[in-house]
Amino acid sequence: MSKVIVVTSGKGGVGKTTTSAAFAMGLAKNGFKTVVIDFDVGLRNLDLIMGVERRVVYDFVNVINGEAGLKQSLIKDKRVENLYILPASQTRDKDALSQDGVESVIKELKNEGFDYIVCDSPAGIEKGAFMALYFADEAIVVTNPEISSVRDSDRILGILQSKSRHAEQGREVKEHLLITRYSPERVDEGQMLAVEDILEILAIPLLGVIPESNAVLQASNQGDPVILANKTRAGQAYSDIVSRFLGKTVEHRFLDTERKGFFRRIFG
Amino acid sequence: MRFFDYFRQNKKNSASQAKERLQILIAHERTSRNAPEYLPQLRHDLMSVIRKYVPIDDESVKVQVEKGAGFDVLELNITLPDS
Repeated sequence: MSKVIVVTSGKGGVGKTTTSAAFAMGLAKNGFKTVVIDFDVGLRNLDLIMGVERRVVYDFVNVINGEAGLKQSLIKDKRVENLYILPASQTRDKDALSQDGVESVIKELKNEGFDYIVCDSPAGIEKGAFMALYFADEAIVVTNPEISSVRDSDRILGILQSKSRHAEQGREVKEHLLITRYSPERVDEGQMLAVEDILEILAIPLLGVIPESNAVLQASNQGDPVILANKTRAGQAYSDIVSRFLGKTVEHRFLDTERKGFFRRIFG
Repeated sequence: MRFFDYFRQNKKNSASQAKERLQILIAHERTSRNAPEYLPQLRHDLMSVIRKYVPIDDESVKVQVEKGAGFDVLELNITLPDS
């Protein structure tokens, strides 16, 4: 049974594409046939984060319009088996993503035997974001510990619970909270919302917390999803969330301030 | 020490302020999100009826739906001007 997972947030710049890339690669590394689709029509960026920008020939809208076949449009990842990328179109036509079109592509991907279809949502609550979440079985809501991001996440949760296909059919979309850019130091100083605060407000299950890390920028500079940087805290945190998503019990890490040793306290 | 505590207290406030503001705002947004679509029109119609008898301003009519167990309550709150 294949599953459709939307990575969404409402607010922009919180780490949806970073998460989609890392999460999809993590699923594939665990042996699942995975495709990650960029729904940000007009502002394609997943290709860059995945490092496949020079291999884009056809895109999502070409497939919907029948200008290219699905198989020839999917970009096969060269680092990990079982991982494919479907890039967004650069067209400025906002209505390029039709509901029927998106549905038929998802259906075809399911028939091709994909275990997971990861939908990287654009920011906002317009057509692209709506199309990305409409067919979702599960949703990863990416939130920064910052008021506008938490508010927008709540808004998106409202849309998932009322406007998605599952909601229309009286079923629930399984929700997961992913907090990114978390800084335990700033939480300790009382400058940043703590994990517990965000959980109390949004009241959905916590999938994981990604600590603020330089590795994320370095990963995007290089075009390697940050999950490949397995020596970094962010990379390890993403591996943890994939394991947790797949049903393993993994303790949350990187939530507390690192204890600085004597030397680091003086020279650090 | 008290001198430093003062600053620490101030910093503590910004995260808890954020939490408090969010809790109030989101509770409000959730009630209006679950409200029936006819609510704004109902409010508008009610105002025009009341205005036949009493001059009131736009903010003096509040219409809300409260979800109860097995029933919903339509709550009207109309503030009349000082006579």
